[in-house]
Amino acid sequence: MSADALAAPYPDTAGHFGRFGGRFVPEALVAALDELDGAWRTAMADESFRGEFAALLRDYAGTPSLLYPAERLSAKLGARVLLKREDLNHTGAHKVRNVLGQALLTKRMGKRRVIAETGAGQHGVASATAAALFDLECVVYMGEVDTERQALNVARMRMLGATVVPVTTGSRTLKDAMNEAMRDWVANVDETHYLIGTAAGPHPFPAMVRDFVRGIGDEARQQCLDQIGRLPDAVAACVGGGSNALGIFHAFVGDADVRLYGFEAGGDGVETGKHAASITGGSTGVLHGTRTYVLQDADGQTVESHSISAGLDYPGVGPEHAWLHDSGRATYTPVTDTEAMAAFELLCRTEGIIPAIESAHALAGAVQIAPKLAAELGREPVILINLSGRGDKDVHTAGEYFGILDKEQ
Amino acid sequence: MSRIGVAFDKARADGRAVLVGCMPAGFPTVEGSIAAMTAMVEAGVDVIEVEIPYSDPVMDGPVIQKASDIALAGGVRTADALRIIEAVAATGAPVVTMTYWNPVERYGVDAFARDLAAAGGTGLITPDLIPDEAQEWLAASDAHGLDRTFLVSPSSTDQRLAMTVQHCRGFVYATAVMGVTGARARTSDAAPILVSRTREVTDLPVGVGLGVGTGAQAATVAGYADGVIVGSALVRCVLDAPDRAAGLTALRTLSAELADGVRNPTR
Repeated sequence: MSADALAAPYPDTAGHFGRFGGRFVPEALVAALDELDGAWRTAMADESFRGEFAALLRDYAGTPSLLYPAERLSAKLGARVLLKREDLNHTGAHKVRNVLGQALLTKRMGKRRVIAETGAGQHGVASATAAALFDLECVVYMGEVDTERQALNVARMRMLGATVVPVTTGSRTLKDAMNEAMRDWVANVDETHYLIGTAAGPHPFPAMVRDFVRGIGDEARQQCLDQIGRLPDAVAACVGGGSNALGIFHAFVGDADVRLYGFEAGGDGVETGKHAASITGGSTGVLHGTRTYVLQDADGQTVESHSISAGLDYPGVGPEHAWLHDSGRATYTPVTDTEAMAAFELLCRTEGIIPAIESAHALAGAVQIAPKLAAELGREPVILINLSGRGDKDVHTAGEYFGILDKEQ
Repeated sequence: MSRIGVAFDKARADGRAVLVGCMPAGFPTVEGSIAAMTAMVEAGVDVIEVEIPYSDPVMDGPVIQKASDIALAGGVRTADALRIIEAVAATGAPVVTMTYWNPVERYGVDAFARDLAAAGGTGLITPDLIPDEAQEWLAASDAHGLDRTFLVSPSSTDQRLAMTVQHCRGFVYATAVMGVTGARARTSDAAPILVSRTREVTDLPVGVGLGVGTGAQAATVAGYADGVIVGSALVRCVLDAPDRAAGLTALRTLSAELADGVRNPTR
């Protein structure tokens, strides 16, 4: 990891990405956020922290992840497709990078307890993993509806020693789990770190999480240069809260010729209202401590999101994406459940890789942009796709979707 | 001076604290919440705090969350909350509004301030808006003559305490405990310290909220604070009641007990 993260122009010192970001939190949390901000900046400037983090990423998480030239998929798309294989990381997704960074910081701040929110359970499992590794107490808030849908991940977290608290308020899903984690944090902030799972929430979380996952893009950029001698024409990633997308985008923001594409969860279609596309189908608002694009009604009440992908099923998005969208540097487009599942099947059958349904949204997006890019460039485009997670957790959902489960299963 | 300031001055002259009672707008219905708040005023609550229900209330404990959910499920809207404020203000009691920030931002900050002032509201308590992010609200509240109550917390540094009270008008809200709303078995040890720290940096009255639910607790808090803010315990009277009449009776009884408490401060 390079030290130039802090030299980046955004966010400002108060966490603003243009008109987005900032801190919309109870005063009780400000001291802890300031403490975290200071600890993060100090750590990122400290050789020993960076060395420790780099060693963990290499020896424990298994990074740098491979950059794989997917030839059969390339032939189908009419594009040269490079897959950034974050699915091969320990715990099965890019998220391990973020939790290892935050767990290291928790230790440095002298805190002994971490709390986390989780939707599908992936961030909860990653948090429980890091907590076990660092001998931290871990409490994971999970919507009651999700604990039922994702019983295996609940078991995984418990095996790793975490306490899973089902949240029974509101819509009983991810956003309510986040509310409950915030309430816990307000009450126990002295000894507790809130390990937020994505590049959202109050400052410094969006910038800090981005810095912990930016290795995805740093690695991929160098791998591209090494393997094909040039940069890609486009980078594609799925966007829920948006950490995997920022992780791969960040290294390319300054490369004006590299197009950045974020694919949001379009659910049944943005026009149906049943989706999780906060940028394409939402409006500016404040949610979970930050100003960003939010799914909300005319009175500013949060509207429930819908997606076949639990990891993208969130009614907000990290503020840096909102800013990248407004600035025109990145393009955000919705991908429906149907389109994502077609791409899911395509990758299974062409490359023998079962992707997370989240990542299948990035693949589906690449399917859509490939012919447009080819026409625009007058040649075969190079598309770098962040394969952010593996599909083991989604086998049941996908099995039901494709109708291939035997009845008793 | 604002109407809230007048209420605090009058109470101070009487050697007692102001009693602030909170109820979510539209809980259990629009009509029901007006009746509840009117009953609270009649039973001795000095200032009514109308909370605008919000889908993601991170500073609220289970009782107010549930009441907010009921209000929202009943279809209450921001415009209804403004009508409720107007109706309660007509009783003569000062009405302060508590709201998370997104509903205000969605309504339009200046438009909300204008309509709140027109409805007779005195100002806003903003649990998730800190002065650092409040430029638009500072301007709108100045333009429409509204009070601004930001929160101070036991974890606030001296520097933040001084900065926060500088932006307050009307009164300062001191959160007694590190935590969310909800009645607690005992009052906080941190609260008296926070109140005295706050008084070192401002002459504004200081109200204490979070965890106060009985007359005895109100008397204890009245011993060191200018205002006693009660929410969850009052909401529970309505939430737990078998019918509307029983809820209003319970509400009157508790309001009177609390009103008695603030008149007999434990010193």
